Amino acid sequence: MRIGLDQATLRVGTVTHIYPTTVDLAPDSLNILLGPTLSGKTTLMRLLCGLDRPTTGRVWVDDVDVTGVSVRQRDVAMVYQQFINYPSFTVYDNIASPLRRAGVSKADIDRRVRQVAEMLRIDGLLARLPAELSGGQQQRIALARALVKQARLLLLDEPLVNLDYKLREELRQELRAIFEARKSCVVYATTEPLEALMLGGNTLVVDGGRVLQAGPTIDVYNRPASERVGAVFSDPPMNMIEGRVEGGAALLGDGLRVPLAGHLTGLSNGVYRWGVRTNHLALSRRHAADIEIDGVVELGEISGSETFVHVAHNGVSWVAQEEGVQRFGINDAIRVYVNPDAFFVFDRTGALVAAPVGGALRPVEEATHG
Amino acid sequence: MDKWQNNRAWFMVLPVFVVVAISAIIPLMTVVNYSVQDIFGPGQSVFVGTEWFKEVLTDRRLHEALWRQFLFSGLVLLIEIPLGVMIGLAMPKKGWTASLTLVLLALPLLIPWNVIGTIWIIFTRPDIGLFGATINTLGIRFDHTASPLDAWVTVMLMEVWHWTPLVALLAYAGLRAIPEAYFQAARIDGASAWAVFRYIQLPKMRGVLTIAVLLRFMDSFLIYAEPFVLTGGGPGNSTTFLSIHLVKIAVGQFDLGPAAAFSIIYFLIVLLFSWLFYQALLRVGTGEKR
Amino acid sequence: MAEIHLDGVAHSYLPNPTDERDWALKPMDHVWRDGDAYALLGPSGCGKTTLLNVISGLISPSHGRVRFNGHDVTTTRTEHRNIAQVFQFPVIYDTMTVYDNLAFPLRNRGIDEATVKVRVHEVAEMLDLVVHLGKRAIGLPADAKQKISLGRGLVRSDVAAILFDEPLTVIDPHLKWQLRRKLKEIHERYRLTLIYVTHDQNEALTFADRVVVMYEGAVLQVGTPQELFETPSHRFVGYFIGSPGMNFLPCRLTASGAEVAGQAIPLGGTVLAQAAGASVLEIGVRPESIRLADGGAGLTVQVRDVEDLGARKIVTCRLGDHELKVKVSAGQAVPAERATIQFNPHLTWLYADGRLVR
Repeated sequence: MRIGLDQATLRVGTVTHIYPTTVDLAPDSLNILLGPTLSGKTTLMRLLCGLDRPTTGRVWVDDVDVTGVSVRQRDVAMVYQQFINYPSFTVYDNIASPLRRAGVSKADIDRRVRQVAEMLRIDGLLARLPAELSGGQQQRIALARALVKQARLLLLDEPLVNLDYKLREELRQELRAIFEARKSCVVYATTEPLEALMLGGNTLVVDGGRVLQAGPTIDVYNRPASERVGAVFSDPPMNMIEGRVEGGAALLGDGLRVPLAGHLTGLSNGVYRWGVRTNHLALSRRHAADIEIDGVVELGEISGSETFVHVAHNGVSWVAQEEGVQRFGINDAIRVYVNPDAFFVFDRTGALVAAPVGGALRPVEEATHG
Repeated sequence: MDKWQNNRAWFMVLPVFVVVAISAIIPLMTVVNYSVQDIFGPGQSVFVGTEWFKEVLTDRRLHEALWRQFLFSGLVLLIEIPLGVMIGLAMPKKGWTASLTLVLLALPLLIPWNVIGTIWIIFTRPDIGLFGATINTLGIRFDHTASPLDAWVTVMLMEVWHWTPLVALLAYAGLRAIPEAYFQAARIDGASAWAVFRYIQLPKMRGVLTIAVLLRFMDSFLIYAEPFVLTGGGPGNSTTFLSIHLVKIAVGQFDLGPAAAFSIIYFLIVLLFSWLFYQALLRVGTGEKR
Repeated sequence: MAEIHLDGVAHSYLPNPTDERDWALKPMDHVWRDGDAYALLGPSGCGKTTLLNVISGLISPSHGRVRFNGHDVTTTRTEHRNIAQVFQFPVIYDTMTVYDNLAFPLRNRGIDEATVKVRVHEVAEMLDLVVHLGKRAIGLPADAKQKISLGRGLVRSDVAAILFDEPLTVIDPHLKWQLRRKLKEIHERYRLTLIYVTHDQNEALTFADRVVVMYEGAVLQVGTPQELFETPSHRFVGYFIGSPGMNFLPCRLTASGAEVAGQAIPLGGTVLAQAAGASVLEIGVRPESIRLADGGAGLTVQVRDVEDLGARKIVTCRLGDHELKVKVSAGQAVPAERATIQFNPHLTWLYADGRLVR
């Protein structure tokens, strides 16, 4: 199924929730809606599935206009942030409920429920009630109920956000495999860049009621069309600083000099916004061209298997990412290295002027393991 | 998030409008209609304007009943709210004693109101009543049919017995809803039991106490069945509250016009005071000063 | 300030615990060193909150003793223990101003108003609450409320330790960073003993000098974040810390080391001796400690999946019947089918029945 919006908007009263938006989701594709809270991700999903009717514009499925067709008449399944299950039904009955409503034969229901339960590893819990289960298991039931329908459009609205870190990691892995094996159009909303990257597929960056950029996930990550996309699609946030290009070099706000080589060659004089992701700042020299920043440690933050060091340099805060778990004393002197090949350059309106070549930067010259 | 505008939704709400119209608005309009007419019999009526209102507002017996009513409702609030909060605070928090207390407290609330009056007639009878006879044997003369003070004491006792449990249950529910962390934090901060009550329990009970005050004020202001059964408004007029007085005019003397005018004034007083209480309690503790 | 000792502390909520699972806390000895920042980390239901309550005195342990600077406080009530605590949801006194909230613990202890004023202003300054001092606390955002809760602990000059029970749960992600930094600053400045309960490994590792990992009522490992990451003493710690977690590969012991899927991994003699007799043997190695190459020396694996995470790639490989994950840098090319891997010998460990052998 191919589904899309054609210049769709949504206004409630005088408030515009969605500005004219055109999207085209390919058949059997995985589409991530990535954006901060309240950016319009949920609203876009509601427009796509028919829970909301666009104020203007069209919704279409396989070239058929379905604008205004109720969600009941569409082939849709949805999973929410909250673990929504029927509290008085057993796990089995919860999963079977959409099939019973559709009048599927008893034998068929049994086969399909057991199959999907096995896939989500809840086959041992079929006789239990949702309240007896952990949050992770409850969300697995909700997922199973959505998957068992084999709906052609599957919507997931931040389904992992209320789970523990470790559970999130596990379930995300499983979802990736499940989506790959499925014949349906999947739309998955998240606020986390890493989640988008882990799931792959296509990403639509949503912000302030607009789709800012759409394309294969890794391409959008590597070539954000604007400063805003770069900000939404970076966690921790991209290091951003203003800098002036003059006489063949750039002078950044905190006094850092960046020579105009590689993708920066030929930048005309003027003021730009410079962005660089944290993983291109390191504590050791990795390339000959790396620029040194001498500052003091503001904080070392640990996330997963990485450490983010916040470094203050002439009143500007830089964040560098290091593999592994390390400790940094606050206010200790520290030297970090930034790779000039990794700078994104945006003009003053926020539009991309120069991006690192192909995203695939030169491999690290000296691999640092352990 | 937001539902899109749907005109069909109004049709869904329509039945509620119809029910409210039949149950409240239409009867109220009938009363308004009566209050401005003099009715002689079926189909015979004369428009009299505000005459009934003037008559009612200058009626001495009504003034007396009104002050009596305020005194009664004031006493009810002064006794039942603190007493209910105290009971709520003292109630066991869990286990079978908690369930038992809840059942015992709920009992008076389950008895029909006129039966309550009858119970208290028997209970306070000077000759055979458990309370009345006991107190008389102790040498204290007590007879609510003869002494206005005794009649008041009896009505107050009955009212407090009947309705304090409601306040206690509301207070209890309010107290149970306070997260345990507040009490732990207060212990760590070295707060005394009084400080815990003053700065945690009381502020957190504001919502339920607002409801308790409103309910008890409105209910006590409209009280009829229990004192009517117990004292019939006497001795003399000493326990004739507003609603008893109203029934006397409307049913006893069949003065429908003045009764209707009186009803409207009555209704407005209840509305006004409820609003005042609501506003006052809403503002207490929120720091908004206007 | 105090050094806190737990001597043989154990707790059960049941009157007569019989089964292993009846214990919310299994017997433990532990010392919380004066002035250190600790995190108490574990999944929900692991007993970390019970342990926190034992320290604060809200729970009296059914076994063992709690000592503050040598004094037995096992039966001392919370209010006499000089403990401060910040809870998951901000606890503020709704009807009071921020100033009165901060002054409350001092006033309750009968401290004169002049001293109260000095202390409150000092703490408000430190927590950036000065502008709010005259306001009612109820109208402030969650992060300010949480700072007030913390401030009520800091305002007392006699606190033995400040306990935190998942204090950042209700804080917006972009403000978490600032609050964490504030906490760190306060810790560096005052060297208070801080104990921070959380189920979030990132929070724990970022906050603490030393992390105490708990699982099913027992302390599995105590160590610096780096130690937990590099040498997890227990299978669970390896899995729980790091993303993705440690790879565990069932192995067989030979004369000179371990053998996984017919491929040999050399191990030292003392390790082999200690592991003898264990029923489950596994090799543990983090995805970061594996080098992946296109041919050459090492174990041959099948490449099953590559996740490009922008800053790096996660490669899922198959070694015999087992799956393992390898982390490679973003720029590195990954062979399509067959690759060789080498474990970093300094960070590859043997686990016998779930426990590290070294």
